[in-house]
Amino acid sequence: MRAITLHATWEAFRPLLTVTATLLVITAVIYPLAVLGVGQALFQHEANGSLVSVDGQTVGSNLIGQQFTEAQYFHPRPSAAGTGYDASSSGGSNLGPASKTLVDDVQQRVQAFITENDLPPGTKVPVDAVTTSGSGLDPDISPATAALEVNRVAKARGADPAAVQQLVDHYTAQPALGFIGEPRVNVLELNMALDKGFPVYKP
Amino acid sequence: MTLQDAGFLALYVVVLLALAKPLGLYMTAVYEGRHTWLHPIVRPVERGIYRLAGVDEEREQGWKGYLIAILAFNLLGFLLLYVILRAQGHLPLNPQDFAGVKPSLAFNTAVSFMTNTNWQSYGGESTLSYFSQMVGLTFHNFVSAAVGMAILVALIRGLVRHSASTIGNFWVDLTRGTLYILVPLAFIVAIFLVSQGVIDTLSGYKSVTTLEGGKQLLAMGPVASQEAIKMLGTNGGGFFNANSAHPFENPTAWTNLVEMLAILVIPAGLVYMFGKMAGSTRHGWVLMGVMTSLLLAGAIVANVAEEAGNPNLDSSGVSQSASADQPGGNMEGKELRFGIGESTLWATVTTDASNGSVNSMHDSYTAIGGLVPLANMATGEVIFGGVGVGMYGMVLYIILAVFIAGLMVGRTPEYLGKKVGATEVKAVMVAFLSFALAILAFSAVASVDRFGTDNLANGGAHGLSEILYAFTSGAANNGSAFAGINANSTFYNLGIGICMLVGRFLPMV
Repeated sequence: MRAITLHATWEAFRPLLTVTATLLVITAVIYPLAVLGVGQALFQHEANGSLVSVDGQTVGSNLIGQQFTEAQYFHPRPSAAGTGYDASSSGGSNLGPASKTLVDDVQQRVQAFITENDLPPGTKVPVDAVTTSGSGLDPDISPATAALEVNRVAKARGADPAAVQQLVDHYTAQPALGFIGEPRVNVLELNMALDKGFPVYKP
Repeated sequence: MTLQDAGFLALYVVVLLALAKPLGLYMTAVYEGRHTWLHPIVRPVERGIYRLAGVDEEREQGWKGYLIAILAFNLLGFLLLYVILRAQGHLPLNPQDFAGVKPSLAFNTAVSFMTNTNWQSYGGESTLSYFSQMVGLTFHNFVSAAVGMAILVALIRGLVRHSASTIGNFWVDLTRGTLYILVPLAFIVAIFLVSQGVIDTLSGYKSVTTLEGGKQLLAMGPVASQEAIKMLGTNGGGFFNANSAHPFENPTAWTNLVEMLAILVIPAGLVYMFGKMAGSTRHGWVLMGVMTSLLLAGAIVANVAEEAGNPNLDSSGVSQSASADQPGGNMEGKELRFGIGESTLWATVTTDASNGSVNSMHDSYTAIGGLVPLANMATGEVIFGGVGVGMYGMVLYIILAVFIAGLMVGRTPEYLGKKVGATEVKAVMVAFLSFALAILAFSAVASVDRFGTDNLANGGAHGLSEILYAFTSGAANNGSAFAGINANSTFYNLGIGICMLVGRFLPMV
């Protein structure tokens, strides 16, 4: 009698338990491991974060923005990730368009941008230079923003502004087929090229 | 709307519609048990599962048996994820040594993934171990989508079969949807994503010294495998806190395009399948046309609103007009590589479906721009909709429309040869009203006292929008947010959790 009840219970739950278990193995073990294996085998550089290095020292990822404050470098967009470009705490400001904090922040950033780059007062600053991105890790700035920073960077490096602008143009990516993506400059890539082409003495 | 954005929108819609027919035909074959080109590889696995489970694939269930199977399966899946989240500190693949997730957050997350909502109260890279992400969440990403599709297939069978009392076998539909449709598609998409720079690794977070000499800790993980199914299954729960705005989840304009297509390709295919199985592909294309028009309308409104920029910044000396060397517009919360067009299209698509992933922060959208995703969710996400659930939401609208039209012309309303009577219309209305009730009741409670309002980033009218958005998102099983709201508090975790349950299961029942 007892054996029959046990058997009946097992039969009632058998599809539930076995289908769950097998689908768990297929979707949560075999599938991710297959992607991991193929990805690592075919695209090792990309699968591991597109890391870039200078003199054998890893300095970051090509895809993840990082903080630059010194005058001889191009600067990234403002960031709301952690205390700024914290790549273990991504996120945006989530400030609404009418937020007073946002309006004040932007006003202050515009002034700072003008002062820092020694631009004539009243210069219109491109919007990407004074707003935070969704991830807080945006690796790019617009060519318009880069162009306004050229003079400062060239001066700090004792380089010819035209030559620096040329480098910016070289590192400007255009939309694919003219409409997929946006014109942009990868800040880390550009700054690494600057260090190579127009080195500054670092103590 | 710039020419560039218009071109991109056109490209997106054309590719999507071109993919709908072949995928729809393939899915019809899968659910009808006919031979497909994947049979030589997948069929033995499928048969093995049935043998192990003692399931006779020819034996169909009535709607009660089918429903009980769904509920039992969801309950077990929920318990499994809850336990994994609570115990992640003692489980392997936890290089950052995260502790177990606290009960209310674990409840919210487990409900959220079980119901295909994927509301992110958790901040991926700062809360969850690789094991929780890979085993716990990925499993739900697959099966919650497969369940959605199974429900739709069962519903179609119920509609088109005139005499039979059975609607199919849940275990068979679940297994087929996962093995023949979701796993192969996800694998292809995942490998493409890795090739573009989406990471997929088990090594721990990487600490680097930046070019300027600062420190940066790069969060890592098995991202690509989860990213692919997060889109295809219209799940939307990100590996990282910033979701698909994060460069490791969505590094280029190409990954952005493919991920957006992945959100709607199965729903669009299901619309075609619906027409096919109901015996009228023309009816399928009519629905497709309606959905496409609504998609375009939302995308264009959001695009124009965001491209116009934030009027509050006009006096701050900011240039917000688009040109050849800057995107312009309201760029707060948006990534430069996507600009305005590819961000607003994503916001529209993710709420047309019940996806809820974001590549820009909806909270920072302008009033009209933010209204588009809210309206999309509030109509129940029937513009293509979530995998399976969107289409059955649309069926509810159709039944209601047929009923009203029938009353107006004074004849008995019928749909697909079935009479629409008082019982059907009552059931439809309960589904619609429960949805509105869940949203409004919870929002009202949250607005009047401190346990609700203390968690807002923005005061006033925008704060109310944050609350309303949160509960709409929960009830509609979307999972995107006006993220300024700090939803990781006990009240919001439980409240939104209940909303998700109501939104998911009541219409089903």
